[in-house]
Amino acid sequence: MTALLEVRNLRVDFGGFTAVDGVDFDVAEGELLGIVGESGSGKSVSMLAVMGLIDAPGVVTADAVRFAGHDLLAMSPAQRRRHIGKDIAMVFQDALNSLNPSHTVGDQVREVLRVHLGLRGAALETRVLELFELVEIPAARQRLRSFPHQMSGGMNQRVMIAMAIACQPRLLIADEPTTALDVTIQAQVMDLLSRLQREQGLSLVLITHDLAVVAEMASIVRHSVAVMYAGQVVETGSVDSLFDSPRHPYTAALLDALPEHNRGARRLAALPGIVPGRHDRPRGCLLAPRCPRVQVRCVGERPALLDGVRCFFPVTHG
Amino acid sequence: MSTLTPLAERLPADTAPPSPWREFVAAFAANRGATIAFFVFVAVVLGALFAPWLAPHDPLQQFRDHMLTPPLWQAGGLAQFPLGTDELGRCLLSRLLHGARVSLLIGFSAVTLALLPGVVLGLVAAFGKGWLSAAIMRLMDVLLALPGLLLAIGVISILGPGLVNTVIAIAVGALPGYVRLTRGAALAELAKDYVTASRVAGAGRLRLMFDTVLPNCLGPLIINATLGFSSAILETAALGFLGLGVQPPLPEWGSMLSAARDYIERAPWVVTMPGLSILGTVLAINLMGDGLRDALDPKLRQAS
Amino acid sequence: MFTLLLKKLAALIPTLLGVTLVAFALIRLIPGDPIEIMVGERRLDEAARTALMAQLGLDQPLHVQYGRYVLQLLQGDLGKSLVTREPVSAEFAVLFPATVELALAALVLALVLGLPLGIAAALKRGSWFDQLVMALATVGNSMPVFWWGLILIMFFSVGLEWTPVSGRIGIEYDVDTVSGFMLVDSALADLRGQESGAFASAVLHLLLPATVLGTIPMAVVARMTRSAMLDVLREDYMRTARAKGLSPARVIVHHGLRNALIPVVTVLGLQVGSLLGGAVLTETIFSWPGIGKWLIDAIARRDYPVVQAGILISALVFIGVNLCVDLLYGVVNPRLRGGGH
Repeated sequence: MTALLEVRNLRVDFGGFTAVDGVDFDVAEGELLGIVGESGSGKSVSMLAVMGLIDAPGVVTADAVRFAGHDLLAMSPAQRRRHIGKDIAMVFQDALNSLNPSHTVGDQVREVLRVHLGLRGAALETRVLELFELVEIPAARQRLRSFPHQMSGGMNQRVMIAMAIACQPRLLIADEPTTALDVTIQAQVMDLLSRLQREQGLSLVLITHDLAVVAEMASIVRHSVAVMYAGQVVETGSVDSLFDSPRHPYTAALLDALPEHNRGARRLAALPGIVPGRHDRPRGCLLAPRCPRVQVRCVGERPALLDGVRCFFPVTHG
Repeated sequence: MSTLTPLAERLPADTAPPSPWREFVAAFAANRGATIAFFVFVAVVLGALFAPWLAPHDPLQQFRDHMLTPPLWQAGGLAQFPLGTDELGRCLLSRLLHGARVSLLIGFSAVTLALLPGVVLGLVAAFGKGWLSAAIMRLMDVLLALPGLLLAIGVISILGPGLVNTVIAIAVGALPGYVRLTRGAALAELAKDYVTASRVAGAGRLRLMFDTVLPNCLGPLIINATLGFSSAILETAALGFLGLGVQPPLPEWGSMLSAARDYIERAPWVVTMPGLSILGTVLAINLMGDGLRDALDPKLRQAS
Repeated sequence: MFTLLLKKLAALIPTLLGVTLVAFALIRLIPGDPIEIMVGERRLDEAARTALMAQLGLDQPLHVQYGRYVLQLLQGDLGKSLVTREPVSAEFAVLFPATVELALAALVLALVLGLPLGIAAALKRGSWFDQLVMALATVGNSMPVFWWGLILIMFFSVGLEWTPVSGRIGIEYDVDTVSGFMLVDSALADLRGQESGAFASAVLHLLLPATVLGTIPMAVVARMTRSAMLDVLREDYMRTARAKGLSPARVIVHHGLRNALIPVVTVLGLQVGSLLGGAVLTETIFSWPGIGKWLIDAIARRDYPVVQAGILISALVFIGVNLCVDLLYGVVNPRLRGGGH
């Protein structure tokens, strides 16, 4: 059966710098896709490209970006706007800065409902209140009149989520939703997201660099994780398979660097070198300059994504 | 098998960062408008400095036989008077050159006269005790209650017109701006750690004021002084135009325009030339000020 | 909001007192015989002189004189003009609306042209349009107002004969003064069928002076709007607005402009100051019968009570306008409303 979101060979170029280098994603109905990677891996840019939020000088190309059968890239901007915010919604990282400081949070949620669903008057007010209560904002009725700077980071993030799920989207993309928050609030927001996913049956794409967040995804039955490096997907799998038996050297290195795996060591295990930038993109495998398992073939050829791993010499587990 | 090369081998040999001065000059030079403006300004200054030698005639001398002569390139123009003559037969070019002296002199004096006490008062207001600080700022509020030109007119109406009084009038109007600016910048610096460190190390108040805090407030002050220079020139011309500033027969661009009002139809060059001189000079200084601001503050540079 | 207004008013009291003090001192600082300066009478014999001094309270100590002055002010008594012998306040009441009309027209022009130009320049940043607008704005900023007026007169009034050179309305029209605002009064006269064409004449007369006066504020508004808009366009909440599927127009106006206007408001107060100063020059050039021209004429004629009143009123108007802008800023910028984290 066709996936809700199908992305084939997505490329995003910024005037010579390839931020996203031919990635494929599939998200089924009710599924959770986790995208993991460090800064610069292209994880946020790829989802922004799906939403149509990449501006010049960025150029987005793909073989297909299909949402519920519609080709998002082929659509006119006006057509795409009918889906964005309604059927596909996105939640961003820094909620305080992602909300308009001059409008009340209530008004900002009302806006989506008005524009996409045409709600007015009493129906509008009821729905807004409902949403605020759904995302567990206490004293919801008073809070509707607050401005973002009058609320905490966690509250603002809930407002963002309320805004995103307002029109009951089929797909919710959350770009590092907990990074800017305290640890305790992180847990609350993650709980909220999983609860919404269960109750509303929405598909969730969760972008993060935090493996702890990834680990929590394990509890969700239908999930898949993609690990990105330097604009490519290097491994896919379930949380358990990734954590217990990582096949790509990069994934293995990520896990090795976790403090839990470095008890008693003097330094965290880390790959030498840094992510390739604009001017030093390797001809062969992108990890080759840093990979402990590198062979001659890796330097000259680029591996394709085969059976969920992009490596000529993946790590094997007995 | 590792294909890593040691990082050190990959860096270029000479990566010492450039000195701040050189960075500033480079940033300023990259701004084409500001650089051209700088050269125009230098030309004006040189014209003003060497006016007595550059001017073909005495600016006060009236050539009764050649009143309202058009400029060189128009019909009836004479080589003797390259930019024509005014209604009293005085050489326009000479008057413009000497007028540059007046304008630049007044502008520079007014800014200096406002800047020095302004900075001192601002520092005192920032460092001083409650009542002194409040008193200074209240006084500045009273001065700010009148917009620039009107305040200058007010001062002139007490002191009477003339060159010196014009300088005083403009300076009084510019003073509160510098006081506020210095106080604001000083307060911001005072909150920073390096000042606390100096204090702990035993630096006395005066030393703190002038050695530690002031150098870091210089950036905005310089930019403001430059823009203040151009607005002082505009105010001088405005006062001259109203008959309240530099008095005839001393050549001043604004008062030249005032007399020229009646000759718009007959002799438009008497109107256009002095005006273009004012506009050109002010524009050049403003562009330089903008260039300064962009070069001194990297954050602002990115914004434009 | 009301408490905020009261607080701000209270903070203004020292400034207001200071301004009245300066106006009071102004007339006494002028060198010369105070009787001559204040009343215009000279060569009085001793008895008449002493009587006059007692009548004016000039023999009282200074602080008593000051108190008397403030009391008079509060009653609306601004003294008598030395030239016309009429109460200053009466003359002022006739002339003030003319200046207000001119200043408002200039401000409206500045906003109506400056805001869209600034927004468009920001949206098309780096294009030839952007560079042109910025170049024009920089020139406009450096323009001597009085010269610009003369140039426009030279071009439009003398050269093309499209606009008149002076006054508020053609001398052939006789319009009753209802509001003091010529646009309103002439429209009324027009509608009543009494003076057809009056309104058009009034508009034509206002056009050039308002353009001249509004040029510098227009340039400043355009630059400020562009810079504010550029800052806003980079903000995260603009991306969120687009992620909500809103139309580009709505994103720019409802989300972008709404925030970009905040810094522009701060600039408005200063621009009104520029308008007041510029009004003096513009009224002089166009013989526009407002308080600017009145003030300059008074200085030339040594009509000191008028000068004193003119300075005082200008200061009060400026303070008042700045207060309004301050309040407007508080309304427009929710971050000032407190309750923040």
